[in-house]
Amino acid sequence: MRVLAVLASAVLALLLSLPLAALFLRRPPAEILQRLADPLVLDALRLSLVTSLAATVAAIVLGLPAAYLLATRRFRGKRVVELLVQLPMVLPPTVSGFALLLALGRAGLAGRALEAFGVTLPFTTLGVIVAQTFMAVPFFVLAARSGFEQVDVRYREAAATLRADEVRTALTVMLPLALPAIVAGGTMACARALGEFGATITFAGNMPGLTQTMPLAVYLALQTDLDAAIALSVVLVALAIGLLAGVHAAGGILLGARTRRA
Amino acid sequence: MKRLLAFLALVAVPALASPVHAAPRTTLRVLAAASLVDAFDAIAKAFEKSNADVRVRIEYGGTQQLAAQIEHGAEADVFASADERWMNSLVARGLVAGEPALFAGNTLVLVTPKSNPGRVGGLEDAARPGVKVIVGAESVPVGAYTRIALARLSRDFGADFGRRVQKNVVSQEENVRALVSKLALGEADAGFAYRSDVTHAAARHLDVIELPASARIVARYPIAAIAGRQTALAKRFIDFVRSPAGQELLARENFLPAP
Repeated sequence: MRVLAVLASAVLALLLSLPLAALFLRRPPAEILQRLADPLVLDALRLSLVTSLAATVAAIVLGLPAAYLLATRRFRGKRVVELLVQLPMVLPPTVSGFALLLALGRAGLAGRALEAFGVTLPFTTLGVIVAQTFMAVPFFVLAARSGFEQVDVRYREAAATLRADEVRTALTVMLPLALPAIVAGGTMACARALGEFGATITFAGNMPGLTQTMPLAVYLALQTDLDAAIALSVVLVALAIGLLAGVHAAGGILLGARTRRA
Repeated sequence: MKRLLAFLALVAVPALASPVHAAPRTTLRVLAAASLVDAFDAIAKAFEKSNADVRVRIEYGGTQQLAAQIEHGAEADVFASADERWMNSLVARGLVAGEPALFAGNTLVLVTPKSNPGRVGGLEDAARPGVKVIVGAESVPVGAYTRIALARLSRDFGADFGRRVQKNVVSQEENVRALVSKLALGEADAGFAYRSDVTHAAARHLDVIELPASARIVARYPIAAIAGRQTALAKRFIDFVRSPAGQELLARENFLPAP
């Protein structure tokens, strides 16, 4: 049995690492670095960083209250809300993008109202941010919720006996204690936004400098300019590794600080 | 663990293995340009009817993407391309068995939503500032044709016509059918696509503006068998596509006869 387990893990490790190795070994590093100066690559990189950071902020602002309420409240329809929050994680991204188009496109359900306020989402950078937020917010809410849930209920009770109202307790007790999970969730959301492809190209289209994020640029470069595709992919992988390492580091540092304080 | 193994033995393994026993038919794998969806679905059905032992599996996509898949060793017997450029690049790499044959033509047109949010009544309106135009990406055949057409149209509509239209471009779509769908939804004001992309179903939502004869673009569709695969069966399918029956099905979807 143990042999099987080791064997399966070895296969898994190969499956996960081989494609990455192939990507990095295909071209000499110097050549890859050179390609990074390509305007196509730079435009996509800049756009991706801006939009995924904006999507992360949006996911935190919109997701933090929801995560808190889901962690601390029981209410009618909670199951429905939970389902709704998780749905973007399992839907095919193209379906999400199409649904966004039907809802927020200028001819869509709510799009006409948006248009009246002068807000256009399809084929705009703002549309990219909306699509990325839609896809990334579940990752944040899930992590932040479990962070809030893991705070010992006695802390809350203690705060209540000291007559702190709920908002104060939430901000001064719950938030600091759940911070590692919140930071980890934000970073995961950022990574998801950075890698978002299907919803973006369906909802926001593909225009260099405006809506062509790195994953879109990779997809199109794959058909014409293999070297640019490799350079873009390497950057994306490096960013993803950096973000994941950030999740772990942030978790570790914050946890350490908390234990010392306690 | 035992239960899991029993489950695998009882359910999963037979499920994986059964198609081999249940289907003595051979499968012909076709990679076809996205613009061919409706015509090739009909052609596949008709071909299967007269070849009961064959099942035709078609995968549709952007021509450029399909060509890249074949270059990277995708399992395919037939490649139906929306332009000669990508077919020729496969020929040059020795990936094609025999000579590609032209089997259809298509014209480039300007497509607008019936609701006409951008008030586009003629080609010249595509250059009016503020009109939202979508085109195919440069690597997509329809995108390449669009760029040629714009250059030719500049002779009729003024030297900067092409540049003014390009300025209105809000998206370079990676697939001509996605482009047409976005127009049908009314999300853009106008877009360049093939005549055949305004399918019977889509025609309820879309209007077509033909290009003048001086800028007329006829896309030529080549088809070929992939080297080292089931070439005999592939040839049979290709012959059927080029037969009067196949041509009739293509004409029904607004394709022109092979030029």
